[in-house]
Amino acid sequence: MVISNKPLRFILAAFVACLPLMSFSNSEKDSAHVQTETAHEAASEGHHAEPTDVKSKIKAFIGHHVLDSHDFTLTQDDETGKYYGFPLPVIILDNGLQIFSSSKFNHGHAVAESNGNYYVINHHDGKIYKTDAAGTITEDEKTGHPTNVRPLDFSITKTVLSIFVAALLMFWLFTSLAKSYAKNGGIASGAGRFFEPLVVFIRDEVAIPNIGEKHHKKYMSYLLTIFFFVLFLNIFGLTPLGINATGNLTITFSLAILTFLITNLTANKNYWGHIFWMPGVPKPMRIILAPIELLGVFIKPFSLMIRLYANIFAGHIVLMSIIGLMFIFKSWIGSSLSFGLSFALSILEILVAFLQAYIFTMLSALYFGSAVEEHHHEEEGHH
Amino acid sequence: MEKLINQFEFGLFFWQILIFVGLIFLLKKFAWKPILDAVNDREQGIKDALLSAENARQEMQNLQADNQRILNEARAERDAMLKEAREMKEKMIADSKNEAQAQGQKMIEQAKAAIESEKNAAMAELKSQVSTLSLSIAEKLLKEELSNKESQAKLVEKMLGDVKLN
Repeated sequence: MVISNKPLRFILAAFVACLPLMSFSNSEKDSAHVQTETAHEAASEGHHAEPTDVKSKIKAFIGHHVLDSHDFTLTQDDETGKYYGFPLPVIILDNGLQIFSSSKFNHGHAVAESNGNYYVINHHDGKIYKTDAAGTITEDEKTGHPTNVRPLDFSITKTVLSIFVAALLMFWLFTSLAKSYAKNGGIASGAGRFFEPLVVFIRDEVAIPNIGEKHHKKYMSYLLTIFFFVLFLNIFGLTPLGINATGNLTITFSLAILTFLITNLTANKNYWGHIFWMPGVPKPMRIILAPIELLGVFIKPFSLMIRLYANIFAGHIVLMSIIGLMFIFKSWIGSSLSFGLSFALSILEILVAFLQAYIFTMLSALYFGSAVEEHHHEEEGHH
Repeated sequence: MEKLINQFEFGLFFWQILIFVGLIFLLKKFAWKPILDAVNDREQGIKDALLSAENARQEMQNLQADNQRILNEARAERDAMLKEAREMKEKMIADSKNEAQAQGQKMIEQAKAAIESEKNAAMAELKSQVSTLSLSIAEKLLKEELSNKESQAKLVEKMLGDVKLN
């Protein structure tokens, strides 16, 4: 553990102890706000309601933070409606490539036009929908989702930009580490001194024990890349830049599907034998086990995807909620308590960042290991 | 669940796969292979160096053991030689002592024999002397008897008395 449990427990206890005071003092105001909000929402038909009170503003902010976004907003001023950040390119495959800057959307307030096609960003899911010049959006009565057509969106979103930056950073870091060996007579220099032990750790503690001395070499590139990629993006997520890449289901899905593909494409016949015709168990059991094992093939990468996503997603929500508490309390005791709590949680999140990167790599290595494992069940099967 | 599926974004998936797979291959070529090779080389070098150090130590130990053995052998040999010399010396001393004793014994025997023979010779001589003396006495006596019978007898008596005293 990076941090000791004691102060964290104390802070938590102190925080919980103070909580009733705060909520009591706010309860009346809250209900009033909820009422006004619902009224407001009812009034603004069709258009999304701009949240007015601090609580729902924070809620909306967190809701938007965890989603992908078409522009890179560092912060915004609600009073003046000014956004600090920069727009990103929007690339839409719809009647040919439509490429334009996301500034055309004016942060979701305007309808963007490109070659006679009209697009609008839905405020709830942050996705681009095709629309008409007026920007009308028809919503499904039951679910509330827009029924407008969604064009294929290849935009360089905030998440795409952040994974690209992470990739560049990794490329620069590790090629310079590789070069430093040649320059420095086989000894790493600079930042490489920090990363080299991690590389050796992945090889000695993750790859070799799980995959085995014989086969681990062909998986090393993937394992190292995925470990540092997830680690860097996790750490990026903890910076105030507001990036949430590994807490995005699409990212974790694509990482998990690569592990799935590599596992099953490099698997030997022992692996398939263990799935469809489990050796060493009675024949009727084999028939029962086959579908279970086959299901396991898909559940394994699925659990990888959900684990990373849920951990980072939940970390972001909790951390941002506690930071948001500071602004809700607006009292020196409550705010400083939530500051302490968010500080402790940030440290915990750094641990989680490393841990989740490690777990993802570890489990990938475990699956690869099971795919290339050479069993000797033939002898045991005759018992 | 539906909310999760809704979160899936094909464009993002496309970019992520493109960037990530590209990154794997680029890093494999430009980073991981050189890094792992360098680390392996270094580890191999350390292993070799340790092994050779161990070998050198072993050799040194062997050499030391050899030296010790040779030293011990030399010491034992020296001790043996000393012992042998001492024994030889004692034996020589004993031998010569015995020899000297034997020689002395022999000399004493010889001396004794010589004394005996000398004594015998002296006795023989004495006997012959006595016989000549007695002959001359007898001669003188005879001469005296021829002149004076009485005095001749006295002489003989006297002479005999002398002889007895002798």
